[in-house]
Amino acid sequence: MTNDGRPTLRCEGLSKSFDGTHALQNVRLEFPSAGIVAIIGPNGAGKTTLLNVLTGFLRADGGRFFLGERELTRLPPHKISRLGIARTFQDLRLISQVPVLENVLLARPNQKGERLLPALLRYGVAREEARNHEEAMRWLWFVGLDEKAHEAAGELSYGQQKLLALACCLAAEGRILLLDEPVAGVHPEMISQILDNLRQLREQGRLVVFIEHDIAAVRQVADTVVVMDEGRVIAQGKPNEVLEKPEIIEAYVG
Amino acid sequence: MDYAAHILILTAIYVSLAISLDLLAGRMGILSIAHAGFYGLGAYTAALLVIRCGAPFMIGVVAGMGVAALISLVVSLPSLRLHDDYFVIATFGFQMILFSIFTNWMDLTNGPMGIPGIPQPVILGWRVDTHLEFLMLAAIFATASCLVVWRITTSPLGRVLHAIREDEVFAKSLGKNTLRFKVTVFAVSAALAAMAGSLYAHYITYIDPTSFTVMESILVISMVIIGGAGSLWGPLVGAVVLVTLPEALRFVGLPSSVAANLRQIIYGSLLVVMMMFRPRGLVGNCGFSK
Repeated sequence: MTNDGRPTLRCEGLSKSFDGTHALQNVRLEFPSAGIVAIIGPNGAGKTTLLNVLTGFLRADGGRFFLGERELTRLPPHKISRLGIARTFQDLRLISQVPVLENVLLARPNQKGERLLPALLRYGVAREEARNHEEAMRWLWFVGLDEKAHEAAGELSYGQQKLLALACCLAAEGRILLLDEPVAGVHPEMISQILDNLRQLREQGRLVVFIEHDIAAVRQVADTVVVMDEGRVIAQGKPNEVLEKPEIIEAYVG
Repeated sequence: MDYAAHILILTAIYVSLAISLDLLAGRMGILSIAHAGFYGLGAYTAALLVIRCGAPFMIGVVAGMGVAALISLVVSLPSLRLHDDYFVIATFGFQMILFSIFTNWMDLTNGPMGIPGIPQPVILGWRVDTHLEFLMLAAIFATASCLVVWRITTSPLGRVLHAIREDEVFAKSLGKNTLRFKVTVFAVSAALAAMAGSLYAHYITYIDPTSFTVMESILVISMVIIGGAGSLWGPLVGAVVLVTLPEALRFVGLPSSVAANLRQIIYGSLLVVMMMFRPRGLVGNCGFSK
């Protein structure tokens, strides 16, 4: 189940339907404890639905999912996030009017200063804030946005906003990162930077799961490719094997 | 002189009400129509404790705040799980319930006849019995409310409130238990409204349910909107404008029957005009809606 003692994410027979449309049908997956997994498939294949279920934003109609031995199936999003499962959204969600740094600071977990009495009385908050500031800057530096720390998040380019979303996941201490289209619509130069970041995260022993339509990007970084269609997992394996299958080439690589 | 002090005392009370509503509506993006109800809870709790139990003034104030905060959980725990729009309706219902309790629980509140003879405050031997002294007390209370709101909004907690207003899903994805934050802030807002209410009761020395109607909630909402939601100065300016405006109308020399109706029309028009031309309010910076 684990190859280095860390709990792995796995789902057993997850199903979800919307008004009779089966968005997920009996999805059974076991993710490695570290590495890069790409989920591909046509629009409506259930990729984002799977992400939404795994992060608690949607509740599965059937099936269960676990982190190690711990069942997560009915946990709300904030509890799943606190277990180290962080996510980004396809339609970028950031607080666009406030500085980049504030977004990353928001992501820091277990802040004493977020509780009422410490916020009012300010004991220990300044010190904690300084520590979080340092940590936030570290992740901004990691994604190459440290110089933009004081600009409004909404002023960043699309690719930079995706990097900021990634920095937020890292500042939230996500060990498992579920990224919804991290490079779609991003300038090619920026894509290679994002992919570099993903490789570094793999080296840090994290698991990166990403949904992507950009097959070239998938080929470059993924250790494993999961192909979904009509709510089912129809293939999975190493990219050079899976992406060579004639039916998959036909459908997704063209 | 007493007249000017009276206007300033009322302004200070409304500053507390407006700033505490803004903490909820402007900073976190969740509107409540029950603010007058919590204001009333503070007034009744303080008045009854002081009159029936002989409690000191400050005990009445603190108890009023505690009661309002506790009662706020009755609304917030079930209904803050709902979408924000439904929450507004739930608070409207709750406002009606509180008003009917003030009106109908004769044994406790004396119903429509109200509670007369609420004594003037005594704080550690300081008997607050002149207008000027009361103004000092009201200013201290208003400053305390502003300080609480300012402290919250400039802390990491304020950062989370801002995130909830702008994008609750994002906040949840970063591990924030947004329901807990909403419930907490709703309770703080209710407690501050109750604090203003207890001060009001001791100032006017007589309370009855008509001071705590839904119209009062709407007046406070208007202050926040007209002054500018989501800022420290906005609710202050809104309170000053809406307390002094009717007084100004009095000096125009209109008969009081006309002035009363005219006032409602002016409030209404002001709201419509503000929404059309300056939705951020007079001095606000972010506006009321998401």
